[in-house]
Amino acid sequence: MKTRKMPKVLLLKNGTVLDPLKGTSSKKDIIIENGKIKSIGKPKAPKSAEVLDCTGKVITHGFCDVHVHFREPGREDKETLATGSRAALAGGFTRVCVMPNTNPPLDSPESIRFITEKAADCPIHIHPIGAVTKGQKGMELTEMAAMVREGAVAFSDDGLPIANAAVMRRALEYASMLKKPIINHAEDLDLRDDGIMNEGEMSLKLGLDGNTFLAESMMVFRDIELARLSGAAVHIPHVSTKESVTHVAAAKKNGASVTAEVTPHHLYFNDEALVSYNTHFKVAPPLRSEADRKTLVKGITSGTIDCIATDHAPHTIEEKEATFTNAPFGMIGLESCFAAVNTILKKEKNVSLLDFIALLTVNPRKLMGFDTDLFQEGTEAELTILSPDETWVFDEDSIYSRSLNSPFTGESFIGKVNATLVRGNMTVL
Amino acid sequence: MLKQKHLLGLEGYPAQDIKTIIDTAFSFREVLDRPIKKVPSLQGKTIVNLFFENSTRTRISFELAQKRLSADTVNFSASTSSLKKGESFKDTAQNIEAMKIDAVVMRHPDPGAPLHLTKHVDAVVINAGDGKHEHPTQAILDMMSLQEVFGKIKGLNVALVGDISHSRVALSNIYGLTALGANVTVCGPPTLIPPHIETLGVKVSHDLDAVFEWADALNILRIQMERMGVGLFPSVREYRNLFGVNTERLDRHGKELIIMHPGPMNRGIEIDSAVADSKQAIILDQVLNGVASRMAILYLLLGGKAEE
Ligand SMILES: [Zn+2]
Repeated sequence: MKTRKMPKVLLLKNGTVLDPLKGTSSKKDIIIENGKIKSIGKPKAPKSAEVLDCTGKVITHGFCDVHVHFREPGREDKETLATGSRAALAGGFTRVCVMPNTNPPLDSPESIRFITEKAADCPIHIHPIGAVTKGQKGMELTEMAAMVREGAVAFSDDGLPIANAAVMRRALEYASMLKKPIINHAEDLDLRDDGIMNEGEMSLKLGLDGNTFLAESMMVFRDIELARLSGAAVHIPHVSTKESVTHVAAAKKNGASVTAEVTPHHLYFNDEALVSYNTHFKVAPPLRSEADRKTLVKGITSGTIDCIATDHAPHTIEEKEATFTNAPFGMIGLESCFAAVNTILKKEKNVSLLDFIALLTVNPRKLMGFDTDLFQEGTEAELTILSPDETWVFDEDSIYSRSLNSPFTGESFIGKVNATLVRGNMTVL
Repeated sequence: MLKQKHLLGLEGYPAQDIKTIIDTAFSFREVLDRPIKKVPSLQGKTIVNLFFENSTRTRISFELAQKRLSADTVNFSASTSSLKKGESFKDTAQNIEAMKIDAVVMRHPDPGAPLHLTKHVDAVVINAGDGKHEHPTQAILDMMSLQEVFGKIKGLNVALVGDISHSRVALSNIYGLTALGANVTVCGPPTLIPPHIETLGVKVSHDLDAVFEWADALNILRIQMERMGVGLFPSVREYRNLFGVNTERLDRHGKELIIMHPGPMNRGIEIDSAVADSKQAIILDQVLNGVASRMAILYLLLGGKAEE
C-alpha cells in the first residue's frame, strides 16, 4: 500500500462510476484537480494530467464507518488515530467516527478537541463521538452542546450500555435539541450475566457462559420506545439478533426515528466459529446463531439495516493469547470489511454492489450529517476504487492496523479495494 | 492404541476407545488389589500435574496412578488468584515444553484451556477438568464403576441429579454414556439445567421421584453453596426437599438404586449420610476405580510397555 499526494490533475479513466446517492452506474471518466472533483463524463483532460487506468473497476463514494475504536488516548499500543487511518485507507474508508471509550473517555469538550486537532493531521476524516455520560458511568449527561461545537457528531457510551432507562430518556431528549443521534450499546448486563458467547447449543458444548439474544433485543426495544417517547433519533449499533432486526423493522414502519448498523463479522460468521476457542472470535455482542446471521443478511436486502459498521476494535497479541474466558472482546475490521460483506452478499443473495454500497457510503453519512453528494463538481475527491469480482486471500499482510486481531485471516474473498482517494492523497493498494 | 493423541473431552470420542480404556482399567484394578501395587509400565516417563485450580482429590488420584505406573511426576499448583490469569499461561506452557515433559495433566478454570495448551506443547495433554466444560477421566471412572456393578453400560438408565449447569462431570458423562448406549436423564431445578441440553440426547426432569422409578443408577452432583446467593436456588431446605437423595425417599420406592457421587459430597444436602454410607452406594469404588482408570489412560496415551 502506497499513499502519496495526488497530482495537480488526475484522470480516472475507463472506470464504472457508481453513484450510491442517485443509484446510477455508468462508464465515465473523472477529472480531479487539486484534490477536488472537476468534471465527470467524457471530459477532456489536459496533457499534464496523470492517468489512473480504472478499466474493469468501480469508482464510488469513499466508505464511511460510524463505529471504530482507535484507542487514542490511552492505548496507543493497540491503535492510534494515525495507524487506524492506515487501516481505514486499506479498507477503502475515507471517513470514520471514533468511539469515546478511550482512557480517559471522550466526555468533555476538551477531549473532543484533542481528537479533532489530532485528526487534522491524519490522512482521512476522523470525527469524534462524544460520551453520553461523564466517565461513561451512565449517570450524569456530558456537556453535549459544547462537545458538538468542538466537533462531536453523535453520542455514545459504547462498550457499556446506558442501563438506566431514565438516563437514556434524558440523553435522547437532550441530544435531540442538538439534532445528534444517541448510539447505545444495547445489552442488558444483568441478563447477560457472565455470558461471553451466544447462548445456545455451542455455548453448552464449549462450557462457556452464554449471553442470551434477549439481553440485546430487550434493550433495543427499550431504546426504540424511549426514542419514540422523546421524539429523538436513536441509532442501534452492531445489531446481532433476529429479534433486534424485527424490532427495528417494526419501529421504522411506525415512523420512529431509528437507524441500525450491522458489522461484517456478524454477517459472515456464526457461533460455530468458536469451536476451537479462538479468541479472535470473542466479540461483543457475540457471534450469534446461523438463523440470526441469515436474518441480518436479509436485513440488508430488505432495507431494515441502514449501515455497515466495522466496530474495529484493536487488541494486542498478548491480550488475545489468553484463554477464551480472559481474552478481551473485539476484533479489527476495517481492512476486511468491504471484501467480507461483498463475498457474503454475492454468494448468498447474489446482491449487486449498487444494492448495498449505500450502507457503506450514503447512509452512514446521512446519519452523521455529512455531505452525501460526493460526485458534485467542486467537492473534495473522497472516492474508493474497487474490483468487485477479484478473488484474493486476506492474510496478515493485508492488515495495516497496529493490532492483528482479525478473525478473517486466511479467508478467501471476492472483491477488493484498489485505491482510496481522500484529503488530497491517493492510496493505491 | 487410542485414536487421539490427547484426552481433552468425550465429545465425539470413539466409543471403542472408551471401551478399551475401561477394559484396561479393569486389568489395572487387579494390580491395585495386589500386595505390591506397582508396575514399571511408565518407567522413565515424566508427567506434570498442572493444577490452576484446587482439586485435591483429582490431583491425588492422578498422582497415585502415576506412581503406581512408576512414572516420574512433578506437581505444579497455583491458585488462580496468585496467577495473573491467562497471561502467564503461554509461559507455563513453553516452560513445560522446554523441560521435555511427556504428559501434562491439567485442571484449569477456563473452558478450552487444555486445547489451548496442545497448541503450545508437544506433550500428551490430559484434561483433568476445564471449567464447566469437560472432565473426561471422571466420566470414564463413573462408567467403569457402572460396568463393574451391572456388567454393561448399554441400555442402562442413568440419571444425573443436581447442578448440571456448572458441572464439568455432567457433559462428559452425557457424551460417554450416550456413546456407549446408556439412556441419560438430567434432573434438577430448571435454574441449574443449561438451556439446549436436550439436544445432546438426554431427557430433562424436575421430578426426582419419577427419576427414581426410571433409573438404574443415580449420579449425584455436588451443589455449590455460592449458587444460592445468586438466586439459582432459594435455600438448602428447599433444595433438599426437592432434590435431596435420602433414605426416606429411597425407601418409598423400595428399589435398589445404585448411588454414585463424584465428591466432594455435601452430606445432608444433595445426599444424606445414611445413603452415602449404604451398601447401594458405590462412591468409594468410584475412588478406587478412579486410580485404575487414570492408570489405564496414562498407560494407553503414553504407550507404556506391557506389564512384565
Ligand atoms: Zn458496542
